[in-house]
Amino acid sequence: MKKTLILCTCILLATVLCLGFVQMLVMPKYMTTSRDGALIAEYYNETTNHDVVFIGDCEVYESFTPPTLWQEYGITSYVRGSAQQLIWQSYYLLEETLKYETPKAVVFNVFSIKYGVPQNEAYNHMTLDGMKWSQSKVGAINASMTEEENFLSYVFPLLRYHSRWSELTGEDWQYLYHRDTVSHNGYLMQTGIAPKTRDADGIPLANYSLPAVGFEYLEKMRALCEEKGVEFILIKAPTNTRGYYWYNEWDAQIISWASEKGVDYYNFISLDEEIGLDWSTDTYDKGVHLNVYGAEKLTSYFGNILAEKYGLSDRRGDSELDAVWAEKLAAYQKERNGES
Amino acid sequence: MIFILYTAVVTYLTARLMQKRADREDAYVADNRETLSKEERKSYRAKEKKRRLRILTAGLILGFGMLAVLKYTAFAVGNVNSILSMFNVEKLTVPSLLLPLGISFYTFQSMGYLIDVYRKKVRAEGNFAKLLLFVSFFPQLLQGPISRFGDLHEQLIGEHKFDATNLRAGLFRVVWGYFKKLIVADTAMIGIKTLIEQSDKFDGVYVFLLIVLYSAQIYGDFTGGIDITIGLSEAMGIKLAENFNRPFASRSTKEYWNRWHITMGTWFTDYIFYPLSVSKGMQKLSLTATKKLGKGFGMRLPVYTATIATWFLTGLWHGAGWNFIVWGLLNCLVILVSRELEPLYRIFHKRFPKLANNRVWITWQMTRTFLLMGLIRSLDCYRDVPKTFRLWGSMLTKWNVGELFTGGLTSFGLGVAEWCVILGGVLVINIFDRLGRETPVHRRVAAKPVAWFAAVCAFVVVILIFGAYGIGYDASQFIYQQF
Repeated sequence: MKKTLILCTCILLATVLCLGFVQMLVMPKYMTTSRDGALIAEYYNETTNHDVVFIGDCEVYESFTPPTLWQEYGITSYVRGSAQQLIWQSYYLLEETLKYETPKAVVFNVFSIKYGVPQNEAYNHMTLDGMKWSQSKVGAINASMTEEENFLSYVFPLLRYHSRWSELTGEDWQYLYHRDTVSHNGYLMQTGIAPKTRDADGIPLANYSLPAVGFEYLEKMRALCEEKGVEFILIKAPTNTRGYYWYNEWDAQIISWASEKGVDYYNFISLDEEIGLDWSTDTYDKGVHLNVYGAEKLTSYFGNILAEKYGLSDRRGDSELDAVWAEKLAAYQKERNGES
Repeated sequence: MIFILYTAVVTYLTARLMQKRADREDAYVADNRETLSKEERKSYRAKEKKRRLRILTAGLILGFGMLAVLKYTAFAVGNVNSILSMFNVEKLTVPSLLLPLGISFYTFQSMGYLIDVYRKKVRAEGNFAKLLLFVSFFPQLLQGPISRFGDLHEQLIGEHKFDATNLRAGLFRVVWGYFKKLIVADTAMIGIKTLIEQSDKFDGVYVFLLIVLYSAQIYGDFTGGIDITIGLSEAMGIKLAENFNRPFASRSTKEYWNRWHITMGTWFTDYIFYPLSVSKGMQKLSLTATKKLGKGFGMRLPVYTATIATWFLTGLWHGAGWNFIVWGLLNCLVILVSRELEPLYRIFHKRFPKLANNRVWITWQMTRTFLLMGLIRSLDCYRDVPKTFRLWGSMLTKWNVGELFTGGLTSFGLGVAEWCVILGGVLVINIFDRLGRETPVHRRVAAKPVAWFAAVCAFVVVILIFGAYGIGYDASQFIYQQF
């Protein structure tokens, strides 16, 4: 009996190890393709706190460069952005972030408020798989799942990714036990240039009312920041194309909400000239997102607001921060110069 | 749930009424054994049997009626509309009725019980809860096997002592069922779907490929589902009737139908074929035919009529569509033609006596039966009779075998990896079937706890990695649940 028990325990252990190994193997690594899938997990590698945390979708992680903010204003920051990050995911990411640190300001990009229901299973995983397990992750999963999904596939990603066994590449083996850092404090650098050729209006909609659930989460984020004594700031990134259009009707609703709640809101769409954006050089995908040159201009512009209006002090000279950021800046410049 | 309850109530009341009459009949005969002559007893029993038959008929109408309304109304109205359209008459509205899962299975099981009570093979259950348990025993509710009251009743209500070997055997069989379903059936389904949906593009040799692939798919799906059902029951100490016995090793159509979906086959044989072929009406018809058209025809008439009726109903049982009816009738045709050719076979085998045990000959017979059954079964894939015939024709008229070797094999959703999984799965199933000829593998493995645990873990790992499930797959959908 004892022998049977020992043997069965060994078999069970071997099975669990085998499944664990396969799970690690088949999970997407996001190192060379779809790198935005790696962004959320990188936050946990941070060793210092941040003055500002940006939260939102791709418009955030392609628009603000923390190294620029440090270099020009001595403000430390992190971008907790991910592809098609839905507003409830932003809320839970904020909730989680505020458990790790208390920044002076949280900046949220409002574009995702247009979504009232879970959208895409693949994007959900790109945001949620990277989160560490916590009450916030459970909440984010429950709020985000589409009808075809189930909770178990987040607990055991093997259930979701097992079919990748037939499409494994060298990347899956290379990054089995470790990951490279693909972002610069959450900023995903794009150095290409694909000019925006024309301004286009959005496709007319039957209903311009933003979903109520979006405002519910917006209010939850505001309340959370208020509770923690963090300045909550709303922005809309300067990008605006036909496929990803920000309607004036939507903007009016955000302005109204922000004014009612006493929250500052910056819509950068109409400020592009003031920021100095040149749509023939500052975008890598015809105006949908900014490239590094555009992002640096926007960061520089917004950094001034953060410093002037919100009194974020220059922390350069702090030896610990200087050392950390010197390394980050070096990596940033290396990639910007095409050396990595 | 409401439909199961309805079936159970109808079955319970009908059986109780018949039992009451049967008990009264037996008591009367026993009490008057000395005063009644043999003829009087016989006449009394015949009269009572007629009365019970009337009750049975009412029960069958109510039971099968629900199935007929839910499953066949739309089909019937559709056919009436086709006729009406020929006369430019306004069409009837086709009702959209939801078909409860597994209704064909529990209805047939319940109606079989009613016939057994009528025939006095079993006593009617007096406790409604116990009868409800028989009708709704959950592992077999959705796709059978179609159990007999006499086999299942005592097991369901009897005492069960915990038996670790039964538990292990049952659980192994459940895992084995999932292996068949998720490794073979659902992986094959990826390609089958494309072959069916784009049948205009995939004709000729692809139809042959579909026949082979669908055979593997339906075998994995249906036997896998039954393994899960029987395994779950076995784990609880309840032994259900086996539904398959290596059907693809059959050497003739008749043998195939004795090995495939056995409980359905025996149901139709016991409750449709035999009663019909020996019925008084049929005997009279046979006598008349013998007198007017000769002995050969007269003798064949009852058997042939009952066979055709049985297969027509078997087709209809599988689904409300002409493809299912034609499927049933084609099976019937093959069986009847084989029966007619039997004298020739006998002569042939007399001439070549060594062939019967010749491996090559046996393999040829098995291959022939496998392909023939697969060909007829493909009616179930295309679900359109003229289209299916056209595609069968394309196998002879379009010679595109070469395409298979220039990327064709991986052009309909199955990559090299999926093919390897399917072929590997089929190989494992074949090995297990061979190993289990005398004692089923799950029973042999269950006898050794450590080996059992290792095997279960190994299968779970294989299923979790290579199984077709998750986003894009629908593993919960077993094909036979729709019948």
